[in-house]
Amino acid sequence: MTSRLLSANHAAGLAAVMAARANRTARGFCAAVYPITPQTECIEFLSSQAIEKGHVVHVESEHSAMGVCLGASATGARSFTASSSNGLAYMAENLIAAALLRLPIVIAAVNRTLGPPWSIWADHGDSLLFRDSGCIQIYCADNQEVFDSILLAFRLAEDPSVLVPAMVCLDGFVLSHTLCQTEVPEQEVVDRLLPAMDLPHRLTDTPVIFGGLAASPRQIEVHRYRHQDALDHVLEIYPAVQDEFEQALGRRPGNPVVHYRTEDAETVLLSAGSLASTVERAVDMARDKGERVGSLRLRMVRPFPFDHLRRALEGRRHVAVLDRDISLGFGGILGGEIRGCVPPGAAMQDYVVGLGGGDVRPEHVLDLVGDLRLRPDSPRSHLVEVGR
Amino acid sequence: MTARSTQTRVAAVAELESSCLLRPGNTNCGGCGMSIALQLLSRATAGRTVQLVVPPCCGWVTGGNYPHTAYGASVMASTLGSVGAVASGMANVARLNSEKTRVIAWAGDGATYDIGLAALSGAAERDEDVLFICYDNEIYGNTGGQRSSATPSGASTTTTPRGKRGAKKDIVGIMMAHQVGYVATVSLAHPDDAVRKMRFAVDARGFRFLHILSPCPTGWKADSSLSVHLVRLAVRGGLFPVLEARDGALVVNVRPEFSGVALAEYFSHQRRFRSGSVDVADILGAVGRHWAGLERWGARLENGEPLGPIGPQGSAAGPDGGAR
Ligand code: SF4
Repeated sequence: MTSRLLSANHAAGLAAVMAARANRTARGFCAAVYPITPQTECIEFLSSQAIEKGHVVHVESEHSAMGVCLGASATGARSFTASSSNGLAYMAENLIAAALLRLPIVIAAVNRTLGPPWSIWADHGDSLLFRDSGCIQIYCADNQEVFDSILLAFRLAEDPSVLVPAMVCLDGFVLSHTLCQTEVPEQEVVDRLLPAMDLPHRLTDTPVIFGGLAASPRQIEVHRYRHQDALDHVLEIYPAVQDEFEQALGRRPGNPVVHYRTEDAETVLLSAGSLASTVERAVDMARDKGERVGSLRLRMVRPFPFDHLRRALEGRRHVAVLDRDISLGFGGILGGEIRGCVPPGAAMQDYVVGLGGGDVRPEHVLDLVGDLRLRPDSPRSHLVEVGR
Repeated sequence: MTARSTQTRVAAVAELESSCLLRPGNTNCGGCGMSIALQLLSRATAGRTVQLVVPPCCGWVTGGNYPHTAYGASVMASTLGSVGAVASGMANVARLNSEKTRVIAWAGDGATYDIGLAALSGAAERDEDVLFICYDNEIYGNTGGQRSSATPSGASTTTTPRGKRGAKKDIVGIMMAHQVGYVATVSLAHPDDAVRKMRFAVDARGFRFLHILSPCPTGWKADSSLSVHLVRLAVRGGLFPVLEARDGALVVNVRPEFSGVALAEYFSHQRRFRSGSVDVADILGAVGRHWAGLERWGARLENGEPLGPIGPQGSAAGPDGGAR
């Protein structure tokens, strides 16, 4: 294990390279990349590395990036790409195809608000476009988590009981361009964690059509039910995979819902991504004043950790969800999902905050704690302005 | 028939089918040019391991419903605009694993000229080890016959009921401009030339592109027995140049007659040209300009001779060259 000073973009790229090398004894690695701010350094790093039995294709669009990944993964190679914002949106058709073809491709989604108007700063509107696509989605709060989650994403995605793409989301600039000490394991450790990828339905010389016509609605139903099952499986195998990871790397990846000072908390604040770090500082400040406040971080958005959330929210009196996204015409996306896990009797409020990279500070979060206690329970999201 | 001879016959049919890319039971319309093209391609790929990439098009429906397939090779069904990209991924993995598999993209004009052009251009520019074959039926056939940028001027489609305005896109020129290793057009009326080109293209390395004029009796509103004849007429008239570009040389394999009579017959057999205003003299003019362009590319005849004066007024024109 060495400690390296890495941006999250480079951490994601390095993890992908190590995963790539780990598949050299199998069918190798083929990534495809296209530049867009703020993920560009990730693909530059990927392109700068020598990868035994690996190749990085420099395509003419994000749509084609995922197209190349489709072909590479369908023929049994480990595959990876990275994108942001409108790039992810442009990739949509093929990313959905990757999920429906049950191909374990890993995508680093460096979160950036969708344009126009164009802005390069972070919110989660881009990756949440893929909430319903059938991919695993993990949201990270720091660079080490980005590195680890890329490895974990390959491990989960390629599990024979899963086989779906996995998207690792990290906030643009806040993480992507910030250098942090990151613990990097030896290649042998990654080799053990990520054994040779063996895609059971890969294309061989036996004539089949992979992804052809369904004969009946029944085939689609079965296909979707199995896909749903596969995502449910992720949560079932997750603790064992955490154990494996811990044994190999000496640190345990976070739970699907990460708790911070929630032991006796009457009020919990739920958020995702790097926003949770700010919320945790606000929790410290509130605790210093004797308030019983805690933070929950939704690390895994898909599959949705219903049971973890139910348990985490049990007995709370106030629940605030901080959504760095908005489903226009509805409100905060996570708020809409989490409402079903809030126990009866608890008041919940969804806050849409920090869109387009709006700088959410601990003071803003503390204001929300005050607001939460006064605001009558409403299913509507409250839009909070923090931008200047 | 003895049991033994039946067995031999069954074995022979099985062998034929095993090398056959398009097997019995496919859902193509009778007389479909794409069926003929796949039969020719089967001869070129015999004894080789191939994987096809097919976007949603008639060639995709051809395969039939899951879990059946009428294709005699593995097929990756790609999205419509991604044929070049998906094929690139497959070809790279085959190369990384030192496999002999030849990756062949099999796409209609929509996935080549229109929505797939960027991915095609990207794969060509990267010189991916992919053979991209466009079977061009000049229409979105699978969706019931809408215009594409391969639809010729004057042809009526469900979205151009009064005939398409504007010329057909010159995909061969576009691909030659990419300076890839091999670009050729394939005439279904010249099977020897067709299979020779296909075989060369299957075995060559790097990016190769074949363009096939693929009559669509359904969309062209033509008799299904006329498909090969229609291609022959298009070649005779100079409407479909039969050529190949390789090693910096552009060779015309079949010398056209620039025959107005052939063109008039070509149009008269297809009811898609009834509602438009197709004037054979105008078409011959356009054909002449196109061939002048080929000459500027340096086109020569197979025997090395220059094309000579071309077009309806030139001496290269057939006896009925200027016919109106
Ligand atoms: S619609 Fe045209 S191209 Fe499609 S299968 Fe029928 S004849 Fe062939």
